[in-house]
Amino acid sequence: MDKHEHFITAEKPDYASIDRSVIGIPLEKGFRRPWLFVFAVAFPLFIVLQISIFWLFVKGVGIWGIRIPVGWGFAIINFVWWIGIGHAGTFISAFLFLLHQPWRAAINRFAETMTLFAVMCAGMFPILHLGRPQRFYWMVPYPNTMGLWPQFRSPLMWDIFAVTTYFTVSLLFWYTGLLPDLASARDRAQTYWKKRIYGILSLGWRGAAVHWEKFNTLYLLLAGISTPLVVSVHTVVSFDFASSIVPGWHTTIFPPYFVAGAIYSGFAMVLTLMIPVRKIYHLESIITEAHLDVMAKVTLTTGLIVGYGYMMEMFIAWYSGNLYEHFLIKNVTTGPYGIMYWMLILCNVIAVQILWFPQVRRNPVILFILSIIFNIGMWLERFVIVVVSLHRDFMPSAWAMYYPTVWDWSTYLGTIGFFFVAILIFVRTLPMIASFEVKELLTHEHK
Amino acid sequence: MAARYADKDQLVEAARLARSNGYTRMEAYSPFPVEELFEILGHKDRRLPWAVFFGGLTGCLAGFFMQFYANVFDDKLNIGGRPFNSWPAFIPITFELTVLFAAITGFVTLLSRCGLPEIYHPVFNIPTFDRASLDSFFLCIMADDPKFNIEEVSEFLKKTNAADMNRVEH
Repeated sequence: MDKHEHFITAEKPDYASIDRSVIGIPLEKGFRRPWLFVFAVAFPLFIVLQISIFWLFVKGVGIWGIRIPVGWGFAIINFVWWIGIGHAGTFISAFLFLLHQPWRAAINRFAETMTLFAVMCAGMFPILHLGRPQRFYWMVPYPNTMGLWPQFRSPLMWDIFAVTTYFTVSLLFWYTGLLPDLASARDRAQTYWKKRIYGILSLGWRGAAVHWEKFNTLYLLLAGISTPLVVSVHTVVSFDFASSIVPGWHTTIFPPYFVAGAIYSGFAMVLTLMIPVRKIYHLESIITEAHLDVMAKVTLTTGLIVGYGYMMEMFIAWYSGNLYEHFLIKNVTTGPYGIMYWMLILCNVIAVQILWFPQVRRNPVILFILSIIFNIGMWLERFVIVVVSLHRDFMPSAWAMYYPTVWDWSTYLGTIGFFFVAILIFVRTLPMIASFEVKELLTHEHK
Repeated sequence: MAARYADKDQLVEAARLARSNGYTRMEAYSPFPVEELFEILGHKDRRLPWAVFFGGLTGCLAGFFMQFYANVFDDKLNIGGRPFNSWPAFIPITFELTVLFAAITGFVTLLSRCGLPEIYHPVFNIPTFDRASLDSFFLCIMADDPKFNIEEVSEFLKKTNAADMNRVEH
């Protein structure tokens, strides 16, 4: 099986050394310096998020820059951005599992966790955007004294179901996969409380063959149902736009182009997080350069699909012969937000071409910088879609400009703070690599 | 009676031998799934996939008919004369609820079929059992096996290259 031999590169890898380097991380005492440094930056941002949300509850959405005709603004840009980032986790854990890609074993846990936190960040925005966020539960179909049902024909309602299902299923998938490693942490733990806590979290998992048989069956089934789920989620998100009649939104290419963009930005975020983590915790033998290489290839592929999407969007707008679509091309490229469009082309279409070079795909520093550029590009893409399409639609008398306020920025940066705080806590409390899967991979390799 | 092995293949070999010697009440423990054991120990059963299927079916029907009931009977809204049962618009929510119900049913069935959560289990009394999640493979022949006889079982396990052996009280 030398096909995937290079996915583990330790000198003399054995089960115990994998456990030491993987399960050992949450069990070690104290914090590493880079961890503390990132925490010191992220935690204040997390506080900023709480202040921003508090002020929003006090004053309402008027503190944001949203004014008609641009009613969606940052909230929806950030919602789409975060949920897109989340998609890589499910893609890695479910889709690549079905395709028997052995390299997913080293990164799936981390990517799935990233999904959970990214979906939490995403979920905050539509709720905060409601106007009366405290009444978000009105969108859930429950027997109510108003005698009303939610509007099931609306894509915004589909979003509620898609995102809550996505979060729940991702959580179950993640926790199922975590059980054997929690048991491992319980068995490695030295102190009274760690033993007890991991023991309870592992639900008494003991690696019996009967457990593993059910586990394998469920894992395969969950992978099977999560794969269409992940495609459906961003498809439904794109329906929020595509089912309207606004020029620039009303296009059939949106669902596939959104899904590709989601996986592209998600892989970029996995790279942004994994490159420093593997360095700080010395996981280079488990998350190898071969892993970086394949992740970069997926990013390149999906990036090219996104580029094709941009091209088709323009082509169809021109080919339609529709006056408003023609104007949209002109406004997107040379209008007041034209600079945003050209920056997004620079990030997502031109910069991504560097990944054709194998040396770049194996160079952690360049990849790290590129991955941040890609995520900025994807954020700009959503900005162009949301703001530029809305700010000048059919009637010139209704045109207006959109300027984000300081509260827009603080809420956005605040969710980034929340995300990093959550990721940092995860790294220090739970096994971030599926240790049993790596052991299994090792056994198959050294036959 | 539990025997520990240092290698996956030794465990599979021992389990196979035990099976051919007529032992039926056995369990094996390993740090990662060992596919060969499922067949040998007779753990294959189709209940989990069926449960997931019926969970999904329930979600599908409940999801669709919730929307159908709301729009056709309970809360009729005439929007430009379009049909109340506008079923294509109900599909996304139906799909999402199918997935949701299937996944929750699957997880609950996993736990119930494995007898989890069960924080305490007699096998945890084996002094080296903490290595079952690390690098060791255990085969346990239970005392309620019809052929169980403590001397014979010890004799048998000794012959299978066990690294060490333990009596598990329960």
